[in-house]
Amino acid sequence: MISLAGRDILHAWGKFVFTGFGLGLLIGVTLTMAGVYRGMVADGRALIDNSGADLWVVQQGTLGPYAEPSSLYDDLWRDIAGIAGVAAAANVTYLTMQVARPDSDVRVMVVGIAPGMPAGPGWPRHLVAGRQITRGHYEAVADVKAGLRLGERIRIRRKHYTVVGLTRRMVSSSGDPMVFIPLKDAQEAQFLKDNDSIHSQRRRTLENPAFNRPGVPGVAEAVIASQATSNFVNAVLVRVKPGYDVAEVAESIRRWQRLQVYDRAQMEEILVGKLIATSSKQIGMFLVILAVVSAAIVAFIIYTLTMDKIREIAVLKLIGTRNRTIAGMILKQALALGAIGFMVGRISATFAAPHFPKYVLLIPQDAVAGFFIVMAICTLASLVAIRMAIKVDPAEAIGG
Amino acid sequence: MSEGGILIEGLRKRYGQGDTAVDALKEVNMRVEPGEVVGLIGPSGSGKSTLLKCLGAVIDPSAGRMTLGDEVIYDDGWKVRDLRALRRDKIGFVFQAPYLIPFLDVTDNVALLPMLAGVPNAQARKRAHELLEALDVQHRARAMPAQLSGGEQQRVAIARGLVNRPPVILADEPTAPLDSVRALAVIRILNDMARQYRTAVIVVTHDEKIIPTFRRIYHIRDGVTHEEQGEGRLPE
Repeated sequence: MISLAGRDILHAWGKFVFTGFGLGLLIGVTLTMAGVYRGMVADGRALIDNSGADLWVVQQGTLGPYAEPSSLYDDLWRDIAGIAGVAAAANVTYLTMQVARPDSDVRVMVVGIAPGMPAGPGWPRHLVAGRQITRGHYEAVADVKAGLRLGERIRIRRKHYTVVGLTRRMVSSSGDPMVFIPLKDAQEAQFLKDNDSIHSQRRRTLENPAFNRPGVPGVAEAVIASQATSNFVNAVLVRVKPGYDVAEVAESIRRWQRLQVYDRAQMEEILVGKLIATSSKQIGMFLVILAVVSAAIVAFIIYTLTMDKIREIAVLKLIGTRNRTIAGMILKQALALGAIGFMVGRISATFAAPHFPKYVLLIPQDAVAGFFIVMAICTLASLVAIRMAIKVDPAEAIGG
Repeated sequence: MSEGGILIEGLRKRYGQGDTAVDALKEVNMRVEPGEVVGLIGPSGSGKSTLLKCLGAVIDPSAGRMTLGDEVIYDDGWKVRDLRALRRDKIGFVFQAPYLIPFLDVTDNVALLPMLAGVPNAQARKRAHELLEALDVQHRARAMPAQLSGGEQQRVAIARGLVNRPPVILADEPTAPLDSVRALAVIRILNDMARQYRTAVIVVTHDEKIIPTFRRIYHIRDGVTHEEQGEGRLPE
């Protein structure tokens, strides 16, 4: 038996191809949206993986350092480093901001890392060019996505930094590339006030009789000095020695230091389950809307194509064609349309993904699931046309 | 009755019930022998199309008896279970417009019926080619319907109606869109095919050009048929 659907598609291939192309672009957007969600999750996991930490120690009662602000004294790391099972502990600060280039600026996450411990927690793990930070000030390592070049001078707040190294896939949970600078510089960038504020604060301190009493010299100067420096960090990243139970080490830190400690699973839950939860729901809603729109388009197209063939369907039924043969013809056409659309969508998503500002991760599992969802949508969308075709009276082929 | 042919006795069709009931067919009696072409003529609303639909097993008659060859297919109720198979295997249709399937070429338009009946594709196409040759359109075998002239399309439609060698062909105004020459050519083809394949052909028509060609004519008026002799004059 010949394929009626195949012949009809070949006969009207232009209509099918162009319709499939339009549908494909819609499917491409849908796959890209799914890729954006996967990219957000991948960015979150990359943030965790690339930090090189087993535990994140943050301010008590917060979901820091990524999902909520967290502030710790920068000398706490020494106490933590002394706890049994801790291989390394390092201060870290995170600050998302615009970094000035000579002719533009770029949004990055500035990460302050403790100098002198390359490959320690918080440091960029792999360099694709240049070297790690070796000085205590004014050097930076940037993710390639920031678009910075080796040797380029960038300005963070009032200080200038030289890019000495480039790394890859070091991004924040929102996809902003990271720029690593020495911890002291980062603390200053994070907590330092502008000159006017410092001047105003000094004047207020000096005018305060509690700090500037006659006969008690040096108090005001000491207070001013403490106000001008920052000794806070956002978190302490901890690497656990091999053979030690991460949960036990975390419990020791909680008990003795009265701090909040998260392990990798908990941090992943915070990043994926909380930080990007709203975004993922938003994307989910878009996916549902796009699926409904795709279904409506396929249903409309197949319905129209079937309406155009009402007389032929009546003739086919009159000459003895089974309903299931006619239903099969319509279903196959809907599936063919879906298959064309899926191919176009997959290809367009693949080519479009690298051009998106955020990381778009297209994974084969999503493509396979997407294909079956498209086929299911096409099957459902063809039901209206099939129902109409089955109701066609073969007597319509006979005039009068 | 000899093998093939169709016999209709006391066929009735009523639409609706009670006060609104309409008797579209009141008393239809017809007999068409194998190899014979008869005309069925009547004014609009006389019941021609209703009769054709009853004969084509697409609507249910209300009463009467129909015999196809030596098989009673209707006797106050259908006697065959699968009307779709009856239409496919025992009845050929030729319409006013050819209604060829636009996405199938000429060969497959004709071969589709035997394929639907389960005949292998190659065999069905061979049978289609034989008929196309008999109808002198074999040179258009690979053409699509839209590429054919009106006369060629109608010949292909006749080939489709004949391809399963049905004992009866129902032709619904097959010459309406054609000029005199082509209309008579179609009637000649139907006569030739009827003789060659021992098929009974009922031609429903208004066409004055072809009425003189029938040996027997059934007039239908107000749902009642009357038989009369025709001229049987088919110009060469």
